[in-house]
Amino acid sequence: MTPGEVHTRIKERFGEQILEFDESLANPSIKVAPQVMAELGRHLKEDPELQFNYLMCLSGVDYGPGKPLGVVYHCQSITLLHKIVVKVELPRESPSVPSVALIWRTADWHEREVYDLFGIQFEGHPDLRRIFLPDDWEGYPLRKDYVVQEFYQDIRVPFPDLDPDRGTHVFGSPGGGKQS
Amino acid sequence: MAEASHRPQNPLVVEKVSELREGEIPPEGRYGDNILVTSVDKFLNWARLSSLWPMTFGLACCAIEMMATGASRYDLDRFGAGVFRPSPRQSDLMIVAGTVTIKMASRIKRLYAQMPAPKYVISMGSCATCGGPYWKHGYHVLKGVDQIIPVDVYVPGCPPRPESLMEGILKLQEKIKQEQSLQRKLAAIGKSEVQIPDFAKEHHESA
Repeated sequence: MTPGEVHTRIKERFGEQILEFDESLANPSIKVAPQVMAELGRHLKEDPELQFNYLMCLSGVDYGPGKPLGVVYHCQSITLLHKIVVKVELPRESPSVPSVALIWRTADWHEREVYDLFGIQFEGHPDLRRIFLPDDWEGYPLRKDYVVQEFYQDIRVPFPDLDPDRGTHVFGSPGGGKQS
Repeated sequence: MAEASHRPQNPLVVEKVSELREGEIPPEGRYGDNILVTSVDKFLNWARLSSLWPMTFGLACCAIEMMATGASRYDLDRFGAGVFRPSPRQSDLMIVAGTVTIKMASRIKRLYAQMPAPKYVISMGSCATCGGPYWKHGYHVLKGVDQIIPVDVYVPGCPPRPESLMEGILKLQEKIKQEQSLQRKLAAIGKSEVQIPDFAKEHHESA
C-alpha cells in the first residue's frame, strides 16, 4: 500500500480529523487532529488492510518561537511492508495528546522521553514521569525557549563565564559572571 | 678498563628521590633518637601505594579505556592497582571515568562517602575534569567532578589512552609516597595536652 492509499483509507474512517497529507517529503506524512490519536493508532494497528504493527519511532518537535510543538509517529507494517508518518501539532501553552503506549508498548519509554524533554503530556500513559533527568528538574531542555536553571540542589549547572578582570572562570558565585 | 665508564647505569638502582630543603631537619632526627616513626610512615605509604584498589565504576567512554588499562595488554596489576572492587567499602581509589551528569553527581558523592579513608580520586578525561565538550551547552553535565568531591590527580585526554591513566596512577603513587600522616598526628599530640601513657614505667612499677 502506498502512503496515498493509506491516507485515503484512514480518511474514509476519520474524515475531517485528518488535516493534511504531504506527499512531497521523502517519508510522506499525514497530519491529524491530536484528540483522535489514540483511536487512529488502534485503527492503524488493527485494520487488516493496514496492519501497522510496529512503531519505529516517536519523536517530539519544537517548531520554533511562536509556533506549536509537535509529536511525530513513524509507523511500519512488518507483515505488509509499508510505512507512514503521522504528525500532530500541539499548542505550546498546554501540549497534550492521547497516549499510544497501550497500543504499541514501545511507545511507553518514547513518550516518557518526549515528556521529559518537551513537557508534552500524554493522556492515559500508564507511568508518565521523567526518564533521563532528575524528577525535580525545572523546565524542558529541548524546547527552543529553554533557559537552564542556575543551581540544581547545591550544584552549579551552567559553566561560569570568563571573568575578564581575573582572566579565570569563577565558580560558586550565585548569579556571578557576566552574561555573554 | 675505559669501557667501564661507558656502561649504562643499572636501571634497578633507584636514586634518592626526596632531598631536604635548606634548614630542614632530617626526618630521622626530628623526634630524638626514635627513628621508628618515619619508618612506619614510609611503610604505611608503601603499603597504600602498592595496593590501590579501584572501584568498579565507569561512566562513559573513558571507562572503556580504563577497562583496557586493567586488561592484559596494559596490565594495571603491575602497579598493584588492578583489583577492581565491586563495593566502595573495599576500595581505596575512585577513578571517575567519564561524563558526570548532574543526576549522577549525588550518587558519586554518596559512593565517595561510603569509601573508607584513606581514599583517593583520579579525575579521568576532560568531562570529569571540567565538563569537556559539554562545558557550555550541556545543561545536564557537571562542570568538573571537583565541584563535589576532592580530586588528587587529573588525567587529561578525550578519552585518555591507557598510558595516560597509568601515568596518573604513578603520579598518585608519588603523591602517596610524600604523605606524613603519623608524623602529623604526633606533632598534633605534642602541641596539645594529650598524655601519652608511659607503658615501660608502669610495667617497671608493677614488677
